[in-house]
Amino acid sequence: MLTIKDLHVKLEEEDKQILKGVDLTVEAGKVHAIMGPNGSGKSTLSYVLSGRDGYEVTGGEAHLGDDDLLELEPEERAAAGLFLAFQYPVEIPGVGNMTFLRTAVNAQRKARGEEEMSAAEFLKVVRARAKELKIDADMLKRPVNVGFSGGEKKRNEILQMAMLEPKMCILDETDSGLDVDAMKLVADGVNALRSEGRGFLVITHYQRLLDHIKPDVVHIMADGRIVKTGGPELALEVENNGYADILAEVA
Amino acid sequence: MAAPAEKMDTTEARIAALSMPQGGWSDAARADALARLRAMGLPNRRDEYWKFTRPDVLTQVETPSAAVLETSEAQVFSNIDALRIVFNDGVFDAEASDDLAMEHVTIDRLADTSADIHWAGSLYGQLEKSGQTPVARPLGALNTAFATDGILIHVTGKAPRPINLVYHHRAENSEAILHHVIKLDAGAELTVLETGPAAARFNKVMEVDVADTAAFHHVRAQGRDHERHAATHIFTRLGTESTFKSFTLTVNGRLTRNDCVIELTGDDAIAHVAGACVGDGDFHHDDTVFITHDALRCESRQVFKKVLRNGAVGVFQGKILVKAGAQKTDGYQISQSLLLDDDSQFLAKPELEIYADDVICSHGSTSGAIDEEALFYLRSRGVPTEIATDLLTLAFLAEAVNEIEDEGLRDALVEQLEGWLERHRG
Ligand SMILES: Nc1ncnc2c1ncn2[C@@H]1O[C@H](COP(=O)(O)OP(=O)(O)O)[C@@H](O)[C@H]1O
Ligand SMILES: [Mg+2]
Repeated sequence: MLTIKDLHVKLEEEDKQILKGVDLTVEAGKVHAIMGPNGSGKSTLSYVLSGRDGYEVTGGEAHLGDDDLLELEPEERAAAGLFLAFQYPVEIPGVGNMTFLRTAVNAQRKARGEEEMSAAEFLKVVRARAKELKIDADMLKRPVNVGFSGGEKKRNEILQMAMLEPKMCILDETDSGLDVDAMKLVADGVNALRSEGRGFLVITHYQRLLDHIKPDVVHIMADGRIVKTGGPELALEVENNGYADILAEVA
Repeated sequence: MAAPAEKMDTTEARIAALSMPQGGWSDAARADALARLRAMGLPNRRDEYWKFTRPDVLTQVETPSAAVLETSEAQVFSNIDALRIVFNDGVFDAEASDDLAMEHVTIDRLADTSADIHWAGSLYGQLEKSGQTPVARPLGALNTAFATDGILIHVTGKAPRPINLVYHHRAENSEAILHHVIKLDAGAELTVLETGPAAARFNKVMEVDVADTAAFHHVRAQGRDHERHAATHIFTRLGTESTFKSFTLTVNGRLTRNDCVIELTGDDAIAHVAGACVGDGDFHHDDTVFITHDALRCESRQVFKKVLRNGAVGVFQGKILVKAGAQKTDGYQISQSLLLDDDSQFLAKPELEIYADDVICSHGSTSGAIDEEALFYLRSRGVPTEIATDLLTLAFLAEAVNEIEDEGLRDALVEQLEGWLERHRG
């Protein structure tokens, strides 16, 4: 599904190498987790995959199925099935959440040559999905993420994911700033989307999210590289001993 | 003080090229306005309130030509149930207009000199005249002197539906000078809509006298013609607990100068004036607002948003004057531009002049580009750049557009904005 080979990325404005050869393959139906200290390049990886400005790929490749991600515009990557739940969801004053969701869903359908969703059908689906995430009618009406609490923003990300039904979901620290109840809601939302055809890449600092979203594979990222890969037990090791041991071991 | 010779020459040349309608109840007011115009002279670049906008095309003798936009599209407010009054290049079109009759409202025409329109006789040119101080508005005086027609509306109760003034532009070299007078008696309510470019060059004055507890709403769309020139004035005076709300949408137009002069003379009155404009290329839009607070506890709001691209220019000159004794005034003013490229320009001159000590007045002015973070967020959800930019542009304009209370009118204008954005992508 998602294949990243020897990806090197530097900042566009500065002579600073952030990713120094990332290799990673996420198969359809699997959940991969990436853990790692702050500043190791996890968010950068997610941004580069989704096509944000400000980064320069200096080597390597990234494919989603047959699509060469690095050749595509951000909206084309989305239409190809890539979704990033942002670490810091963006507030957009003046654009209603509902308008935003509907525009996004229909733009993707159009790009894929599918029929657009009617207003009535959309409303039905969005209401059902929102209810599962305990997102009320008011949140749907308000401008995108404006005045949302941290937890509401993250739930709103999962709602977008549920509506867009991507093939490959990247979640960047979706657990940060969430209390236990909100984390459970978010995890349930993600688990409901788990399916054979869908891959997940869950970036997190903490084991606790992984108690709810059980990963198949856990990677440790440090200084712009995947330095260790293992099963779910690797996350527990981090939880108990921190990164120091692992980093010393691979150094 | 006599105006400088050069200014006088321009003024006299313009006056000589116009002919003053004669023989009616407005004669004295017109003569008075002509004397005012001669004393102050037409504006030029050196005048304080014309530094950002060249008045030449508005004051020259020759009418500048403007291509007539051929469009099969319906008029902006065609779905709104309203009494329609139609002008072609400033000439009243009886055929296309509805009967000038409505419950609680009497409607007459300025050009109908035979009628004894008593109330209008004592009002015509009066608010324009008092709006000449402290800042001269010579194009307003010119209008009072030479207006060829206009609508005189007297409202005695709650008007059952809006009046829609429809201005068609038909000839490339047309000029229209229209002067409307609207008088709302105590407790009366009326909504006036205006649509269309009116002429190649348009000079319009609207005087609105809002008595105690009366409410006046005004929503206009200044047409879609690219090359037209317009100078419009609103002069209004508000009584106790009265309401005045005006919104203007401007898409295209080579030159637009919209003056709005508001005097809050009764306690607890409310005046809101707002505008949204979108310009691409050869577009110069100037909003000049002057609000005088001369009573207790009045509220005024100015909300202006401009979207500019390809060298378009936006101007905002907005002043709040709070006179001594106008305590508990609440004045708010915001003017913002969204510059879609580096070639476009926004010039703002916000002014506060306050002679009372217990007031709240705030003003702000900003210029900015599309928010790149928001743009990326939308694109990452699959929304193409162009549509995302349109969404963000409409969002930017929303604060101004939302000043329109009526949802149907608001939707009609948003639809026109969406159409414009779609036609002006990339
Ligand atoms: N736009 C940027 N400008 C400057 N530094 C950046 C930028 N993006 C990332 N970095 C730097 O790159 C490194 C990796 O950051 P990031 O990808 O956010 O790490 P993580 O998500 O693992 O905490 C950090 O040192 C960070 O400061
Ligand atoms: Mg991060």
